[in-house]
Amino acid sequence: MESASSVIELQDVRKVYPGNVTALDGVSLRIGPGSIHGIVGRSGAGKSTLIRCLTGLEDLSSGSIRIDGRSMDRATGAELMKARRAIGMVFQHVNLLDSRTAARNIAHPLEIAGVPRAKRRARVSELLELVGLADRADNYPAQLSGGQKQRVGIARALAAEPRVLLCDEPTSALDSTTTRQILQLIRSLRDRLGITVIIITHEMSVVREICDSVSLLENGRVSRTGRLLEVISDTTSPLSKELISLPPTSALKPGQQLVEVLLTESEHVQNIGDLFSLLAEQAVPARVEAGSIETIQGKQVGRLHLRPEDMQSAQRTLQVLHSAGLHAELTTAEQVAAEEAAAEEAEAPREGGR
Amino acid sequence: MPSATDELWFDNPVIERFLVDAILETIYMTSATGFFTALFGLPLGILLFNLGPKGLYPVQLFYRVLSVAVDFARAVPFIILMIWIIPFTRLVVGAAIGWEAAVVPLTIGAIPFFARMVENSLREVSWGKVEAVQMMGASKLHITWNVLLREGLPGIVGGFTITVVTLISFTAMAGAVGGGGLGQLAINYGYHRYMGDVMLICVILLVVIVTAVQYTGNYVARRIDHR
Repeated sequence: MESASSVIELQDVRKVYPGNVTALDGVSLRIGPGSIHGIVGRSGAGKSTLIRCLTGLEDLSSGSIRIDGRSMDRATGAELMKARRAIGMVFQHVNLLDSRTAARNIAHPLEIAGVPRAKRRARVSELLELVGLADRADNYPAQLSGGQKQRVGIARALAAEPRVLLCDEPTSALDSTTTRQILQLIRSLRDRLGITVIIITHEMSVVREICDSVSLLENGRVSRTGRLLEVISDTTSPLSKELISLPPTSALKPGQQLVEVLLTESEHVQNIGDLFSLLAEQAVPARVEAGSIETIQGKQVGRLHLRPEDMQSAQRTLQVLHSAGLHAELTTAEQVAAEEAAAEEAEAPREGGR
Repeated sequence: MPSATDELWFDNPVIERFLVDAILETIYMTSATGFFTALFGLPLGILLFNLGPKGLYPVQLFYRVLSVAVDFARAVPFIILMIWIIPFTRLVVGAAIGWEAAVVPLTIGAIPFFARMVENSLREVSWGKVEAVQMMGASKLHITWNVLLREGLPGIVGGFTITVVTLISFTAMAGAVGGGGLGQLAINYGYHRYMGDVMLICVILLVVIVTAVQYTGNYVARRIDHR
């Protein structure tokens, strides 16, 4: 993705609102063709502003944005209208027109682009097929479920054959099963059509599920960015802990020592089974207090809390894990509790404010 | 001249001679006013919304001026407005009495009323829809026509129904100063000549007309509303 052929390229993007409110403070980002890139951050981090700048709904204070070789920041009028057609946008609240059937909603971008009627009709039925709603063509949005509406929204976004799909909290209004289906749809569309996807979200599960790479937005800056596994492996990153987070543990004695181990890309320990074999081989007695295991891009990744019997066995555990090239550190019950509290705050549902 | 003690109901010569014309006059007056109100009120409402702070072409100064003008026209009591603009009415239709003459002040009174209703209906269209279509590279004209107007249409139809119903009661007021119609019949004979039967028939007919308009309006609004 470091190649020169990035589809999306942001260069030192700055956005200052009247009253000296800096929403974006020098954001630079390159996203390669065909990748799914997640942008996460707390509310107020600048996610909404970023997406509005990407689509030219908001002017930049400085910097530049290029999408598919077209400058978004300097385009105005007819040029901007044309540039926007290279982007398909999926919204949290879908924003379908209630007065149009599913088919006519999907045909809308084609009408605007001046595609002749016969061609439009063919393309619409193709798109309905693509998102699995061929039998819903003549339904109005009010007659569709939340997930079906979002499918229509995605089909509409893809109608004019954009190179880039921009998704703004696409699943935040959906239940978990529907969320999974929508994410699978987005991924299969990327695989089939080769489009580049940006997903803005506050849900770490969305990032885990489909993103190839991720950026963390903090105070209007990109504080972390990289391939998903890289970001998870970076133990200094707050994203690592949020992406692979441990379930809350309750029954810890104050002052209890724990060994936290992060299982990521490591040569010797490929999966959780390897980890336990290693501990058994080295005769390290350790009980698993809590654990979280995810499969990301076909790789098993996890974080565990091991409870050693005493200080000595804690040191021994650390030694064994370090020598196997794993990240492990000593932590205490108090630290774990503090982290849990912080995580809870971060996971609280948020609306994208503007 | 017939007096109050002669034959009643449909044998009453007043009813025999004038009722059908009065009904037709009321219907003509209402239809013509409704037509012109829609013709001028709809664009005015769209303009109000689009020039306003949440519109597609926000120009604060224009909006303020237009807004004040609309409120001014709405603030003048109808009966005063009708008399006040008689010279203008003469200029437009060549007469100051008759249902054709009443259409002029009725229209002028109803346009700002309806325009505000249109503005409100457009305001209720979620801005997300506008941005979604903007993202498709649509022009503002396209958005006004295909998003604002189309999505706001059920509300606009509802507003138009309310406007027409209000209009019908105003036609009765116009009748008081020579506008013709059921209102004039009720005042001239039912009130001034104590013909209770004329009064009752006029009232019943007005209620029937209003109900029919309201029912039709609701039906149309329901048919086009897919929310």
